[in-house]
Amino acid sequence: MLLESIRMSWENIISNKLRSFLTMLGIVIGVASIIALITIVQGATYSISEEVTSLGVNKITVNATGTPLKQGLSEEDLKNIAKVNNISGLSPTISGMTNIVYQGQVKEKVTVQGKNEVYFQSDSSLLQSGRGINILDLESKNQVAVLGRDIVKELYFGVDPIGKELMIHGTTYTVIGTLASSSHFSLTSNNKAVIIPYTTALRSLGVKNISSLDVFLLDTNLADDTVNNIKRVLNSTFNYKDNAYTIFNMGDMIESFQSMMSILSLLLAGIAGISLVVGGIGIMNMMLVSITERTTEIGLRKALGATPNRIQLQFIIESIFLSIFGGLIGLILGSLVAYVASILIGVGFSIQVSTIALAVGFSAIVGIVFGYMPARKASRLNPIDALRSL
Amino acid sequence: MPEILNMQNICKSYYMGEEEIEVLHDVNLTVSTGDFLSILGPSGSGKSTMMNIIGCLDVPSAGKYLLSGHDIEDLDEIELAQVRNKEIGFIFQNFQLLPRMTARQNVELPLIYSGLSSSERKKRSQSILERIGLSDKMKNLPTQLSGGQQQRVAIARALVTEPTILLADEPTGALDQKTGTQVIELFEELNRDGRTIIMITHDQNIARHASRVVNILDGYLTEKEVL
Repeated sequence: MLLESIRMSWENIISNKLRSFLTMLGIVIGVASIIALITIVQGATYSISEEVTSLGVNKITVNATGTPLKQGLSEEDLKNIAKVNNISGLSPTISGMTNIVYQGQVKEKVTVQGKNEVYFQSDSSLLQSGRGINILDLESKNQVAVLGRDIVKELYFGVDPIGKELMIHGTTYTVIGTLASSSHFSLTSNNKAVIIPYTTALRSLGVKNISSLDVFLLDTNLADDTVNNIKRVLNSTFNYKDNAYTIFNMGDMIESFQSMMSILSLLLAGIAGISLVVGGIGIMNMMLVSITERTTEIGLRKALGATPNRIQLQFIIESIFLSIFGGLIGLILGSLVAYVASILIGVGFSIQVSTIALAVGFSAIVGIVFGYMPARKASRLNPIDALRSL
Repeated sequence: MPEILNMQNICKSYYMGEEEIEVLHDVNLTVSTGDFLSILGPSGSGKSTMMNIIGCLDVPSAGKYLLSGHDIEDLDEIELAQVRNKEIGFIFQNFQLLPRMTARQNVELPLIYSGLSSSERKKRSQSILERIGLSDKMKNLPTQLSGGQQQRVAIARALVTEPTILLADEPTGALDQKTGTQVIELFEELNRDGRTIIMITHDQNIARHASRVVNILDGYLTEKEVL
């Protein structure tokens, strides 16, 4: 019985190709825009998250402004923090503003950062050439430096800087490596960085405290516990003074970013959903016209023994057909648009099964909802009136 | 012969706004198996209403109507549809073939609503079309058939469910004299084979072919014996 109704509905759609297509168009546009918008937003979210993740979700950043009595962290404090569970490494940063000189060219007020080997180990894509700071540099307080792209361009134009000498704060350093240029999505730029071993910095830059510290975690799921433990250590370090430090958890930031993007994609899908509703009204309109045209046929079918349920089923199937076909065409069209857009914008492209299910499911629901009323009207036609209308 | 249709004091009235108009008054009619009955009346006499009530397309306002043992009053919409499907074979003035379907598909239509499998439907519709002399037109669309051929397809559609009663409404109304006569001859032949036929017409010459004629005028049914 169902099969027969499906066959009859199909034949009717086929016999009115142009009209069926125009009716479907509303659904096609609705579904295509939902698919395209969701896919593009998801692609962008994925690309940005990826970028942020490369900065390290396994990283907690501590900024210690300190108290008047204790202006930042000492090497002793680092050792205490390192004792906290779930920490794979600490990467402290010491910053100082100074002049650098190469072959008589002076660059004033450059931020020089003191870092350790953990920083270079944390991200293998950090270096462009040469090597990073290693444990030996730290232990023997070597006077070596790693330079950012902009510094290299300004001071070593056309020259390979590695092995060349550089004056920082009146002391001679050897350039051992250069940093890769930062990508667009990066939150921090390394392009103007001058990095030296932090032990060297403590001794020769005239800075006595570690103001910033990256803590690398073994298990990111335990991040909250680890943050609490670090807070405990820091509170005792700074003698429970308020505002002595801030802790920034990268994982938290990615989470809030992703939830923001999912709200955005829901919002866009909602707007596109309005066009689906409009498409549904188009289907309802076409079904009503079709029923008026086929009044005699409906009357005849009833006279030949079709029950009201049969008539209703046939028209609902017809409307579901129209909307699902529209949905499938929209799915293909929307994917194409998203694919082209993802290439143009330069973000990743992947369509999720849930997106497909959403589109097809939504269009089927539109078919049922907007087909119900016309189908019911058809099923209630009085066969006498229907046959007489010829 | 067993009685298959029994109408007792059937009345039918319609509302035109506030006003109630009775179009059938106290109609009594019995039909037995093998009858060829003609209901003769001018337009506006109530004969269409008669046909609707006999065909279970409409229900009487008062009175009792028994069709093959079913009391029509007791049936709901779904049961009425099933009765129409099993007991009545409709033949309409304008044939009422679905234009997008071939002759055979049109004949199969009522069998779909009987719930028969497609192979069974095909077998039955082919054999009935062969019997009616249209075996070479099975794949033709109605527009590719002459009026007489179309009406024969419609008759095949009415016969295919093996109904208790063949109910024809002005079956020759849209046909010329010659083809009209051929259709009536087909009816006579079917009646000789034992088929019960009720034919509604305004044409005395057509009605004459029936073995029984009842007159309907202004909603009153009167029967006279035909020799």
